[in-house]
Amino acid sequence: MKIHKYDTVIVGAGGAGMRAAIEATKRSRTAVLTKLYPTRSHTGAAQGGMAAALANVEEDNWEWHTFDTIKGGDYLVDQDAAEILAKEAIDAVLDLEKMGLPFGRTPKGEIDQRRFGGHSRNHGEAPVRRACYSGDRTGHMILQTLYQNCIKEGVEFFNEFYVLDQLIVEVDGVKRSAGVVAYELATGEIHVFQAKSVIYASGGTGKFFKVTSNAHTLTGDGQAACYRRGLPLEDMEFFQFHPTGIWRMGILLTEGARGEGGILRNKDGERFMEKYAPVMKDLASRDVVSRAIYTEIREGRGCGPEGDHVFLDLTHLPPEQLDAKLPDITEFARTYLGIEPYTDPIPIQPTAHYAMGGIPTNVEGEVLADNTTVVPGLYAAGEVACVSVHGANRLGTNSLLDINVFGRRSGIAAAEYSAKADFVELPENPAELVQEQVERLRNSTGNERVAELRKELQETMDANVMVFRTEQTIKTAVEKIGELRARYKNVSVQDKGKRFNTDLLEAIELGNLLDLAEVMAVSALARKESRGGHYREDFPNRDDVNFMRHTMAYREVTADGQDSVRLDYKPVVQTRYQPMERKY
Amino acid sequence: MATPVLDKVEAEAAASPYITATFRIRRFNPEISDEATWEDFQVEIDPKERVLDALHKIKWELDGSLTFRRSCAHGICGSDAMRINGKNRLACKTLIKDINPEKPITVEAIKGLTVLKDLVVDMEPFFQAYRDVMPFLVTEGNEPTRERLQSPEDRERFDDTTKCILCAACTSSCPVFWNDGQYFGPAAIVNAHRFIFDSRDEAGEQRLEILNDRDGVWRCRTTFNCTDACPRGIEVTKAIQEVKRALITRRF
Repeated sequence: MKIHKYDTVIVGAGGAGMRAAIEATKRSRTAVLTKLYPTRSHTGAAQGGMAAALANVEEDNWEWHTFDTIKGGDYLVDQDAAEILAKEAIDAVLDLEKMGLPFGRTPKGEIDQRRFGGHSRNHGEAPVRRACYSGDRTGHMILQTLYQNCIKEGVEFFNEFYVLDQLIVEVDGVKRSAGVVAYELATGEIHVFQAKSVIYASGGTGKFFKVTSNAHTLTGDGQAACYRRGLPLEDMEFFQFHPTGIWRMGILLTEGARGEGGILRNKDGERFMEKYAPVMKDLASRDVVSRAIYTEIREGRGCGPEGDHVFLDLTHLPPEQLDAKLPDITEFARTYLGIEPYTDPIPIQPTAHYAMGGIPTNVEGEVLADNTTVVPGLYAAGEVACVSVHGANRLGTNSLLDINVFGRRSGIAAAEYSAKADFVELPENPAELVQEQVERLRNSTGNERVAELRKELQETMDANVMVFRTEQTIKTAVEKIGELRARYKNVSVQDKGKRFNTDLLEAIELGNLLDLAEVMAVSALARKESRGGHYREDFPNRDDVNFMRHTMAYREVTADGQDSVRLDYKPVVQTRYQPMERKY
Repeated sequence: MATPVLDKVEAEAAASPYITATFRIRRFNPEISDEATWEDFQVEIDPKERVLDALHKIKWELDGSLTFRRSCAHGICGSDAMRINGKNRLACKTLIKDINPEKPITVEAIKGLTVLKDLVVDMEPFFQAYRDVMPFLVTEGNEPTRERLQSPEDRERFDDTTKCILCAACTSSCPVFWNDGQYFGPAAIVNAHRFIFDSRDEAGEQRLEILNDRDGVWRCRTTFNCTDACPRGIEVTKAIQEVKRALITRRF
């Protein structure tokens, strides 16, 4: 075991982690621990754009953007945070441009902007061009640009270091962060990083679904590490299903395709979104469009022999426009489906895409131990966190924005905290939990296989807690997850070695997914209303009287070691906008 | 559901295209042996699936110790470049049906970088070459309040080389790099190109001097392996030629 000492430690090197690292490295001795090489992070898979009311191509302002974000989130958004997001969006985009990001340009040479779902002019009048983009690889360019600037700033990376535990120490009755424990993939060695502040930026949890746009590596590692140490998780029942994943594969096809004029059609060729969202049509918010697609499928208007998908039609768009604005996704259709998007529509279905919930933070990125108490020295930003700027449903292009705005904020806040704080003394034997976990899995002779349990988990999640949920389906999921968690105790790995033991890594990741799936399902069961991405067929309406509140889930452990999820609730911050019925 | 049951049964029969393919994988685990060996795995798989799917099937059902890097699984993260049937490709962008599954499909680590275990190589020398070309925008003077202006034509000038995902498929397909790991390699030059030809950047001369080095662009012998290998379709050799030309003319 090795012990390292840094002022600031950042867990994860996607957009949020690297944006934080650029700020933190300027101000404090910083280390970035990342499970993957930084450029492998899933920020790179984001396609369509990053929202900011630059008003480069038409009238726009950040107040409209704030409103759209709050409405998009079905009023579960903390409005103070949404205002910061929309206001700081403009500088966030300009900062990236100055760092070198090659945005698409207008004829005048300014940053070009395109339409995107849920973004509107003057509180819902019509779609507005707000998404700044770089072809359909905006996330790729953000990830590359941030990595390039990390090189410029001399950011210190620990690549392929997998953080497995968050050290929390109680000092004078206050929970404080002492550092993290990481597993070095190349050697199997365990490292303790003592740090004055820790920022989680480790991304989402999408891999507990089968059809997902998420990378194999998105297994909720940061959320699980904090949750296991008694910290709450907020709004975990809210998960976004992106309307246009490649049929059966789940690979993302950007909403920018509809922003450029693409149309969704059912088996009769009907532009069905006109029925569900008369104004915004195909550019309604993602939860609305995903439900519409499944409604079409359920009512027998799905495409293909099994009627299990619909079409994304780009055939009326000029090939030059597709080549210039959507080169990557048209290539995905050619590569994975053998379909030519110039002439044929693309089969799509909703795909599990984004966790609105996560580790609760305030607007400075400080992690909360309960509804109000901050954990000194602990921060989170990006998909791992819940500020909450996305509420019950995130708007497209607001996540690339979120990672930049709150990545920057948490990087500054953490480094400033490091400058004035002292190290918290490490607990005795800080790596104990991780050593036990790793040794138990490596030496287990149990008869359960990781791949089998993960498959069963993904199947139950897809079947029971996806776009449509009922008490019955969620209960089925809770029960199944309970069974899988019990069987997980018997899981074993075949690779017993120390070097690059990805077999062991997948076993640990599965444990995280199981814990978080349970939190999600239990949170969903208790929310007896429909709001944003959480749709209960047995409670189809939003219920502001009883459920205009954030879910806070805590892990409770009894004396005999049995654990369960305890739910509590936190008020929503409302400033200027009163909840209204949501129409697009 | 409007579809008659019979159609569905027929569709399923038609959509049952599983084949048995042999994957011949170059295995290496220094914890067990200093020698690398070939190992065959038989996999029942739909040929429309990816090589990565087959590797997962092997790892998840047959041999958990098989080790490779992967993340996004659709050709954007750059983790899973490997040598498949002797050519560098991304496993997640290569469909089994396109690489003749009638014969054993060989899979081995990319060449020119030290193999650490099975298909995992040491990427550090590759990223070091990348870092050495100053892969970041350098500007002088005060920053503007708003964005720097750039015409669509100037933006288009370096568009191709912004697509790079740093997968190392190009660099590890280059015979010059195989023989001498000191050579910067195509990927580093591509990323230098991305900034040299960016109208906003002011360090083109410095980067050209770096690439004028004995291990720089002049080592390139235009074998076009890199262009063939690039999973992003970047015209790598052309980019290297443009850098060479810029070094001679000092115009870019």
